[in-house]
Formats: sequence, C-alpha cells, structure tokens
Amino acid sequence: MSLSPPARQEYEVVLEPFTQAELVRDISLPQRIWQQAWVRKGVILLALAVIWELAARWQNNDLLLPSFMQTAHAFIDGVASGELLSKVWISLTVLIKGYLIGIVLAFGLTTLAVSTQLGRDLLSTLTAMFNPLPAIALLPLSLLWFGLGENSLIFVLVHSVLWALALNTYAGFLGVSETQRMAGRNYGLRGLRFVWYILIPAALPSILAGLKIGWAFAWRTLIAAELVFGASSGKGGLGWYIFQNRNELYTDKVFAGLAAVILIGLLVENLLFNTFERLTIKRWGMQR
Amino acid sequence: MNAALPGHTASADIAGVPGQRPTAEPLLQVDNVSLEYRTSERVVRATHQVSFEVDRADRFVLLGPSGCGKSTLLKAVAGFIKPSEGQIRLAGERIEEPGPDRIVVFQEFDQLPAWKTVIENVMFPLLASRTLKRAEANERARHYLEKVGLSAFADAYPHTLSGGMKARVAIARALAMQPKILLMDEPFAALDALTRRKMQEELLELWQEVRFTLLFVTHSIEEALVVGNRILLLSPHPGRVRAEINSHQFDLSSLGGVDFQASAQRIHRLLFDEGEAPELDRPVDFQRLRIAY
Repeated sequence: MSLSPPARQEYEVVLEPFTQAELVRDISLPQRIWQQAWVRKGVILLALAVIWELAARWQNNDLLLPSFMQTAHAFIDGVASGELLSKVWISLTVLIKGYLIGIVLAFGLTTLAVSTQLGRDLLSTLTAMFNPLPAIALLPLSLLWFGLGENSLIFVLVHSVLWALALNTYAGFLGVSETQRMAGRNYGLRGLRFVWYILIPAALPSILAGLKIGWAFAWRTLIAAELVFGASSGKGGLGWYIFQNRNELYTDKVFAGLAAVILIGLLVENLLFNTFERLTIKRWGMQR
Repeated sequence: MNAALPGHTASADIAGVPGQRPTAEPLLQVDNVSLEYRTSERVVRATHQVSFEVDRADRFVLLGPSGCGKSTLLKAVAGFIKPSEGQIRLAGERIEEPGPDRIVVFQEFDQLPAWKTVIENVMFPLLASRTLKRAEANERARHYLEKVGLSAFADAYPHTLSGGMKARVAIARALAMQPKILLMDEPFAALDALTRRKMQEELLELWQEVRFTLLFVTHSIEEALVVGNRILLLSPHPGRVRAEINSHQFDLSSLGGVDFQASAQRIHRLLFDEGEAPELDRPVDFQRLRIAY
C-alpha cells in the first residue's frame, strides 16, 4: 500500500504591516562590550595575575617566586630607568633584521619551487633536513663562523624563520585554485609578475600563518641565544638582561624580563598580525 | 565549412543583402584539431579532428554531453592546451599561449580575485596586460560596469556579491579588455535557473550593443538555441563533430514555440542517436484500400 497524504484545504492570510515587535533590535551594552576580543583577553590576563599573586603569597619565598606586585614594581623601575626599554630595542632590531632576511630567502626559495622541478625537490629536501634542527643547536657553529657579533645571531634567526615560512608559503601556493591560475595566465601574467599578482594574494592566509610561526620561532630563539652569550659589542639584549639578573639573584627583575618577553609577544600578535589580518584576509572574505 | 547563412553574421556593410556571405575572413579557424590530456596513468584523447570556423560577431556555441571535450576545446582556443594534431588560428595567426586577446569567462565563482574590489577586478586585465594606464583603465572599467548594471557596487568586494552579480562582473571584466573573441565556459551553469535566464537575456542585449564575437560552451540545449546563432554539436568519447546547426532565428521569446521544440528535439536526437527521424505521412496507396459495406 503506497502512502499518499490527503489533499487539505487551502487558505490565505491577509498581512497587516508588521508592528508587533521591533524588526531590528540593538544588542545590549554589556554584550557589546563583551564582544570585544581585547576585553575578554584582558579578563583572562587579570585572572592569571590574581592566581599568580595568591600563589606567590602562599609560597612566601621572594627568591623562588616573586609576587605579581613585586614583578610589576621591578618592571616599572626598569622602564622608568630606561634600562629595560633599551634592551628590548636592541633585541628587536636584531630580530627584525633576521626576520626580514628570512622572509626574502623564503620567498626566493618558494618562487623557485613553483616554477621549476628542481626548485620543488630542493625545497622539500632542504626543509625536511633543516626544519627539525633547532636553531639553538646551530649557535656554537655560528659563533665559530661569524664571531661574537650580531651576525651570528642573525644567522641563527634566519634559520629559525626560513624553513617554517617556506613550507607554509609553498603549501599556500599549491592551494591556489586552477581557475585563478588560468585567469592570471589569460591576462598575460608570467613568472614573477604571476607570483606577485596572483599567487601571493591568493595564498595570503597560509603565508600569514607561516609569518606568525616564523615570528614565534625567531623571538624564542633570540631570547635563548642571548641567554647563552648575549652581549654583542658590549650591549646586551633582553635575554642578556634576564641572564645577568639571574646571576645576581634579582629574581623579580628576571620575572620582569620574562614579562617583557611575553608582553612583546602579545603585542605583536594582537596589534600587528591581527590588524594586518583584519585589513586584508578578513576584509576580503578569505578567512572568517 | 559554414553554409552561407543570413542574419547576425552579416556585417553592417553588407546589411540588407540576405543570404550573402560576408567576404571577410573568419575570425577563428579551428583546423582538424585533436586534443589529448594526460593523467598519471595514461593519455586520453579528448577530441578527434574537430574543425569549425567562427566569423566576426558570431555567437558560436559548442554543445554536447559531458566527455565530449567542449571545455577542452575552449581551453585550447584560449591557449592553455596545445593541440596534438591540427592548428588553431585567430585572425590568421596561430595560437601558442594564453593571451589577453582571448578573454575567458569561467564557470567557477572564484575566477574573481577576492582581494580586489569590483572596479579593480574589471580593470585588472587592462593593467596586467599593460594595455592601458590606470586612469584610462578606470574610465573604461566604469563604462562597462555600467553596461552590466553594477555601477553602485564598484567598491564592493566579491565575497559580498551574489552569484549573478559575480557572473556580471566577470563579463564586464572580459568586455572591458575588448578582446578579439570572448570565450565563455558554461558561465551560467553555477547559477540558479531564474538568474540564469536573466543573465542570458542580458548577454544577448550586450551583444546587440557591442557586437563582440562569442564562443560559448554549454551542455543545455535550450541555452544553446537561445544564446547562439550557430551551434556545433559534439558527440563524446572522443569529441567529434556531429553537426552544425543554425539558431539565429531563436531568442528568449521563442522558448516553447513549435520551431524551437522541433530544433531542440532534432539536436537531442543527433546527440543521443535515438534511431531514425519519425516518418512523415505515408502516401496513401489506393490500390490497397478495401471498402467494407
């Protein structure tokens, strides 16, 4: 027996203009405030600070675990005297140099990989070899080759940035759809112009992910490298500041240095990268 | 190859002389072209010795079921694929590489770069091929954007547009380049049926105004009859020419008409080989009649 529903009575509804409720409703002020990402993240940081303060008071040992207020004091002292800021500046300049050289090399390697078979093999082999090698392990080698100056730090930084960025950029390039590639070739774009106008913008989400990873690796490697040998031509960076203060048992200043490392990481992520994302891939609808 | 045909292919100079073939050379000549594509295991023959010619201001349609190589043929005309046999000539010159004189409108929505606004997208081929400077490219882009009715959306990003609007931007982008021939690869296939009908209407209106040369690929018999003035039927595996049919007498208002249905059925029969044509009235043989009382 086949199932067929019975034919029901038809009806029509005469529609009056809609006045029963508001068509558009505003979101309440507390909800709008909570929607801001920095508010929520600020609350998380505040909670962490409170937990830290309580743990330090319970431990009651300034040498092992200074409290949040003590660290904040040391931090403000460091900033006021200019010592902390100058050390941060030294670290950042070295970092930016290494980061930029790493970016240029990564793009060169990836452009070679998309245009030639040899480039592709070169990229995959080199990345497989060098990506798992920690940059810190190369530090003694680079000290031997480049001496005690800035160049050895830059060498180590370039190594930490290059492979992750090249891998991500290449994966991004491979993910560009065939239609977009054909459209680019249709208008006469070839070689470097094709990479610049079509591949790089289309692969921007992956490139940005690679840049973030490269930045994190580089910053981490720099602080570690400065901890090991830090002073270059008499001026030390943030890692050296941490190392010196640890030797002199100023643990609150050590924590202030660490807090500076963390703060810079947070600032770069939330201010630089997030703003860049908002102005590019989020505005273009390429990423949610 | 082309039978003499009246109507839209006649150029303005020879207007008013129906049945007279314009003496100009055909714009596009596809000469005995065989195309192959290779997968990782084998080489597949997509089309076999296909030949046809497209005149200036023709609306030439490639029609066939899937597997007949019509998209592959279009890509070969665009220059993305090299023929393994035969030649393709545009205005007498052999086609070697993709170039801005043959602009393609693709089917997929991501043919529009997401990182450019609508007006930048329409200007993009002009700037990329170094045809015009930025100011002139902007002017021409705005002109064609107005023709497709999207002037208000010039500064919008493609991800905010509907499917029909994206298709219109792609068409404006192709027309702004003023290519020798406009290639369309099932451009309305990804749109809903109502939008598709509207886009077909707008394309025909644009053609009335601009009189560009069009090579259009479709799998829909109705779309071919409405949009095109000449249809090349291809049968699949491998793609070979089955027939060339005129359709200049049809437009959107002929849908459902008797001639239109007859043409559609004829095409369907040609493509799917459903036996012989139905016999017309058999002549009455009076010797064999028996009259009973």
